[in-house]
Amino acid sequence: MADPKEAIKEKSMVIQKDMLANLFKELSNTKESGKKVVYTFVPGNLTELILSFDMLPVYPEINALQSGMRKKSAAYIREAEKLGFSEDVCTYVKCDIGMMLNGNIGPTGEKLPPPDLLLLSYTGCFTFMKWFENLERLYPGVPVAMLHTPYQEDGCITQEQIDYMVKQLKEEVIPKMEMVAGKKFDMQRLSEMMVNSAKSEDLLVKILESAKNKPSPIDAYFAGVYYIGPIFTAFRGTDEAVEYYTELWNEVQERMRLGLGPITPEGELKEEKFRLVVEGPPNWTNFREFWKIFYDMGAVIVASSYTKVGGVYDLGFRHDEKFPLESLAKYCMGCYTNLNLPQRVNLLADYVKEYKADGFLINSIKSCNSFSAGQLMIMREIEQRAGVPVGFIESDLVDPRYFSYANIKNRLESYFQMLGQRKVIMAQEEATV
Amino acid sequence: MRPLNDILTYCNEVAFDLNFTYAKKWKTEKSNRALVGFLPIYFPREIIHAVNGLAIGVMGAGDHKQIIKGDAYYQSYICHLPRGIIEMALDHSLETFDGFIFPAICDCVRNLSGMFKLAKKGQFQRYFDYPQNFDASIGGVFYNQELHKISEDVFKVNGVKLTTENLNQSIKLYNTNRKLIEEIYNIRQEYPWRLSAVDTYKIVRAGLSITVENHNKILEEVIGNITEESGEPMDNIRVVINGSFCEQPPLGLIKSIEMAGCYIVDDDFMLGSRWIQGDVEDDTNDPLGALVNAYLTKSTFSSAVYDVGNPKGKRLVQLAKNRNADGVIFSAASFCDPALLDRPELQKECDAVGIPHINFQYHENTGQFKVIKEQAGTFSDSIKLWA
Ligand code: SF4
Ligand code: SF4
Repeated sequence: MADPKEAIKEKSMVIQKDMLANLFKELSNTKESGKKVVYTFVPGNLTELILSFDMLPVYPEINALQSGMRKKSAAYIREAEKLGFSEDVCTYVKCDIGMMLNGNIGPTGEKLPPPDLLLLSYTGCFTFMKWFENLERLYPGVPVAMLHTPYQEDGCITQEQIDYMVKQLKEEVIPKMEMVAGKKFDMQRLSEMMVNSAKSEDLLVKILESAKNKPSPIDAYFAGVYYIGPIFTAFRGTDEAVEYYTELWNEVQERMRLGLGPITPEGELKEEKFRLVVEGPPNWTNFREFWKIFYDMGAVIVASSYTKVGGVYDLGFRHDEKFPLESLAKYCMGCYTNLNLPQRVNLLADYVKEYKADGFLINSIKSCNSFSAGQLMIMREIEQRAGVPVGFIESDLVDPRYFSYANIKNRLESYFQMLGQRKVIMAQEEATV
Repeated sequence: MRPLNDILTYCNEVAFDLNFTYAKKWKTEKSNRALVGFLPIYFPREIIHAVNGLAIGVMGAGDHKQIIKGDAYYQSYICHLPRGIIEMALDHSLETFDGFIFPAICDCVRNLSGMFKLAKKGQFQRYFDYPQNFDASIGGVFYNQELHKISEDVFKVNGVKLTTENLNQSIKLYNTNRKLIEEIYNIRQEYPWRLSAVDTYKIVRAGLSITVENHNKILEEVIGNITEESGEPMDNIRVVINGSFCEQPPLGLIKSIEMAGCYIVDDDFMLGSRWIQGDVEDDTNDPLGALVNAYLTKSTFSSAVYDVGNPKGKRLVQLAKNRNADGVIFSAASFCDPALLDRPELQKECDAVGIPHINFQYHENTGQFKVIKEQAGTFSDSIKLWA
């Protein structure tokens, strides 16, 4: 596997690298700076609110996936299993707990500070609650603020649900943040950040939707989670985020103008053979190998659900400076894993059509019930509605025991072969009409 | 009063009838009745009862049905409960049900509600979200709205409106039900040999398949039977079972634990029927508010409820002490995130006060109990030895 340093770097990637490095530096420096640290989750994150208090966010899922990429997760998971966590449960939780027990060393090799506040944004995954109940016991005395996000069970967001969330924000979350940060909540500041959020969101949507072009200038899954998405979570609402996405959008436009395909770790994809929509998270322990199987076959992911766990902005939602708290509520409720199954099916079927995909693929994650339960039914529905061949592979997020390279490669090769044959047949049919 | 054996035969029949014959017959006996299925753990059945409905527990297929289609809907690493339920939905066992309620306990059940929506099973398929905020003016308001949605769902089915009088009446009946079940547990605490855990399980579970009026009669008869001495005390240890609140263990598993020398003096098998601890107010002008208040202030501990500020480990230890238990058996369904993610913390609390414990995992259709029996036997022997 090539060293990440060998990969082609565009300017936006350099900006991103610097932004993340600075964040981790700030995090390692909190003792001196006195900045407070909030542990929270990606889906339904309240980044603007945290930043408006000058606190720093830490996302345990991101730590876990980074541990997976740095080949540390296996040992962390074993550590948690020794504590009594079953082999069967979510490996993000185990990896995070194992990391914490091993000195809480972050992705840059520096120790992450302990939390001053555990902000349980309980959005779209039941396991989040269990995760933070566990963290609460591992960090005794650290206050926990719970924000319960109602599920979109009826396929819509109601005013009552918004009211419930806003009330929790006002009476539970914000008072705890004020207490921890030692300063008053500043609605004005939050509103101002939301102006930036909406700008970043506009740009993000343009970038993701650029994949509607043929060839697609981006990979909306691998690059989506690696280059395009991460900045969004931790920096949304900041000037730097707007700057980063402006740069990235410029680069993407240039690629479109030149008719170029996406950048992969081994350079530009020369020929786009297959366009896919992917459902489910990626595997992190073998991320590069996994990605390589796709780009070696000329497969580009044009849309994915995993890049929507932090918000489905292409459906129109934007943070709204005029109604900051309401829009935080709507944002949380609109994240992908908070959508009901019919909504997910509609979204994915639309992606297949709008992005002119040749196929629909599921990467089913062994330890993630939030995504995996019901996926086989989603697959059937998409097959029927979108009329494209569907594929199914299995792996895990950060447990290398469940990543079988040979197995996945075999399955994908057969799948691509089928897609190839179908293309030939369709071309022949078109020619005879 | 019927003899215990007759009652048990009846309970066994209705509790495990996956065709829900009793419930379907009940529905046809009168017009404007509504039949509603609900999944584990807790659902306030009072609200269905009050609008001329019958809420029936859909607790999975257990080891009573061969899963043929269900497996095609679930990967091997998802627990067994939802595949049994989808099997029932697809083989028409759940036909005549007007709607389904999926209480918010985990993402499997949550996503199963979506599968029922996609498959268009019943006239409504409602994911029933519980507040994880226990402030009456925040979580209470939210829960009230959730309850309203259900009564509206049923109204669309049978046109029956929720009234104060009817709901108070239903609450009374379920208060009686909870009290009677608790009385059985209390008698068993003193005299566990009078009624086995397997039989207790059948009796309580039967209540999810029949009307509350009928179940209350049965419970009274059971109490009548076990108030008098019967059976012989054995040299068994006393255990509390934890972690079996959703996917139900097969009867063979409960039996194996008992046969290995353990009296099960408390458990969370049918936790929903015992969820509210104490009575719900039954004479107010706002009975819906009374249900809300009971949920917020009188719920038992559970893996489905956010517990910061009221940790379930401490509550489990308290339960074990109240029941004078010698140990705890953690028995969870495989791949059950809620139960399994709670386990280390619960074990830690037991360790802190010296309560011995063991753990194992099962599937609802596990057929081999040799290992579990040996494990429970060794557990029982070691406790007796050290005592
Ligand atoms: S179950 Fe899935 S969504 Fe939930 S924390 Fe684990 S990996 Fe994330
Ligand atoms: S057994 Fe556990 S994981 Fe499965 S449906 Fe029940 S609560 Fe969810």
